[in-house]
Amino acid sequence: MPSAISRWFHRLGSPRWFYHTSRRWLPWLAILTIALLVTGVVWGLGFAPQDARQGNSYRIIFIHVPASVLALVGYYVMAGAGAIALIWRIKMAEMVMISAAPLGAALTFLALLTGAVWAKPTWGTYWVWDARTTSMLILLFLYLGVMALGKSYAAREVAYRACAIVSLVGTVNIPIIYKSVDWWYTLHQPATIKFTSAPSMHPSMLQPLLVTTLGFYCFYALVLMLNTRAEIIGRERRAVWVRELLQ
Amino acid sequence: MSFGRMFFGVVRRDFLSRVRHGQDIVNPLLFFVIATSLVPIAVSPEAGRLTQLAPGMIWITALLSTLLALDGLFAEDYADGSLAQLILSPQPLWLLVLGKVFAHWLLTGLPLIVLSPLLALMLALPTSAYMPLMGGLVLGTASFSLLGAVGAALTVALRQGGMLLSLIVMPFYFPVLIFGTSVVQSAVDGVDFFPIMALLGAFFAFSLALGPIAAAASLKVGING
Repeated sequence: MPSAISRWFHRLGSPRWFYHTSRRWLPWLAILTIALLVTGVVWGLGFAPQDARQGNSYRIIFIHVPASVLALVGYYVMAGAGAIALIWRIKMAEMVMISAAPLGAALTFLALLTGAVWAKPTWGTYWVWDARTTSMLILLFLYLGVMALGKSYAAREVAYRACAIVSLVGTVNIPIIYKSVDWWYTLHQPATIKFTSAPSMHPSMLQPLLVTTLGFYCFYALVLMLNTRAEIIGRERRAVWVRELLQ
Repeated sequence: MSFGRMFFGVVRRDFLSRVRHGQDIVNPLLFFVIATSLVPIAVSPEAGRLTQLAPGMIWITALLSTLLALDGLFAEDYADGSLAQLILSPQPLWLLVLGKVFAHWLLTGLPLIVLSPLLALMLALPTSAYMPLMGGLVLGTASFSLLGAVGAALTVALRQGGMLLSLIVMPFYFPVLIFGTSVVQSAVDGVDFFPIMALLGAFFAFSLALGPIAAAASLKVGING
C-alpha cells in the first residue's frame, strides 16, 4: 500500500485525529444535507405530479422510502463496523458501530411510522401484517436488542465487543429472516389486500425521490458523525486531549 | 486429548451434574405445560378453535420455555469458576460449547418434545400432526438452543441476564417459528410437509455451523461482563 494511504488509514483509526478532522467536515456535510433534503422535499411535496390512483397521499413516499433504505443500510454499516472492530481491534470502528445502533433504530421506527400513516388512506388501516412491515418490525427488534445489550455492561470495551458479535450474527440472519417472512406472507396473504408488482415510477416522481434518498444518506452520515464524536468524548474522557478540550 | 473424547467428556459431565439437580430439568417442562393450558382458559375451550391455535401456541410456549432454560446454560459453571478453566483449556472452545449445548438440549429440549403430544392432545390437534410436530420440534428446539447459546454466553455475568438474553435472541427465532408452525399446519391440512421440514433442517444446519463459533467468541467477551 502506498505510504500516504496507509498513513491516512492509520490516522483514521485515531479517535483524536477523527474528532479534530471531522469538525472541519461537519459544516459542509450539514449544508449538503439541508440543501438536498429541502430541495427534495419541496420538489416532492409541491411540484411532483399527483398520483393517478392515490392522489396526494402517495407523497409520503419521499420520506418513507429513504427512511426504509437507510434503516437497512444502517444495519450493514453497524455490522460492518462491528466486524472491523472484532477483526482488527480498531477503536474507532467500535465507536462507529455503537453510534449506528440508535440512529438505525430511529430510522426503522420512522419507516414503520410513515408506513402506517400511508397505509391508512391506501389500505384503510394503520397496521397490516404484510411481509415488508413484519420484516421492518423484526429489524427494529434487532436494533433494540443491540441497544439494550450496549447499555448492560459496566465496561464500555465489553459492551462494544458484545454488540459487535450480536450485530454480526444478525447480519447473517437478516436474509434468512427476510426470505422466511416473505414466504410466510405468501402463505397467509389475506384476500382483501393484493399486491401487484409496483408500477415503474414516472421520472417526474422518481427524481425528487432520488434527491431525498441522497439527502437521507448525507443525513445519516452527519448524525453518525455527531454520535461518534459524542461517543469519543465519553470513551476518551480521561485522555489528556479531551480534558484540555473540555476545560 | 482427542476432540471426540473432549466433546463427550463435556457432555457427560454436564449431563450428570444437571441430572443430580433434578428440579432444574422439571421446571421448564412445568412451565411448558402450565403456559399451554392458559390458552383454552384465555381464548376458548371449544375444540375447533383450539385446533386452529394449537400449532402456533405449542411452538410459542416451546420457544419461551427453551429461552427460560437457556439462562442456566453457563450460569453454574460461571459461578463456580469452571467456565474460566474451560476457556483457558487448549481444546477449541466452540467444541466445548457444542458439548454443553448438546447436554443442555438433552435435558431441556428432548423432554419437551416427548411431552408435546400430550399438549397437542389437550389442544385438540389431529393425531396426524403429532409426528410432524415432534420432528419439527427436534430441529427447532436444537436451533433455539444453538443460537440462544450466543445470548446466554453474552449475558452470563449480568445480574438481569435472562430478560436481556430473550431480547437479543428472539428476533433470530422468527424463521424457526415460521417453518415449524407451517410444518404442523401442513400436516393438519393434509398437505405434504417434507419440503418445509427440509427448510427447518437447513436452518438447523446453519445454526449448528454458526452457533457454537459465535457462542465461543461471546463467552470470551461475556465472562468479563
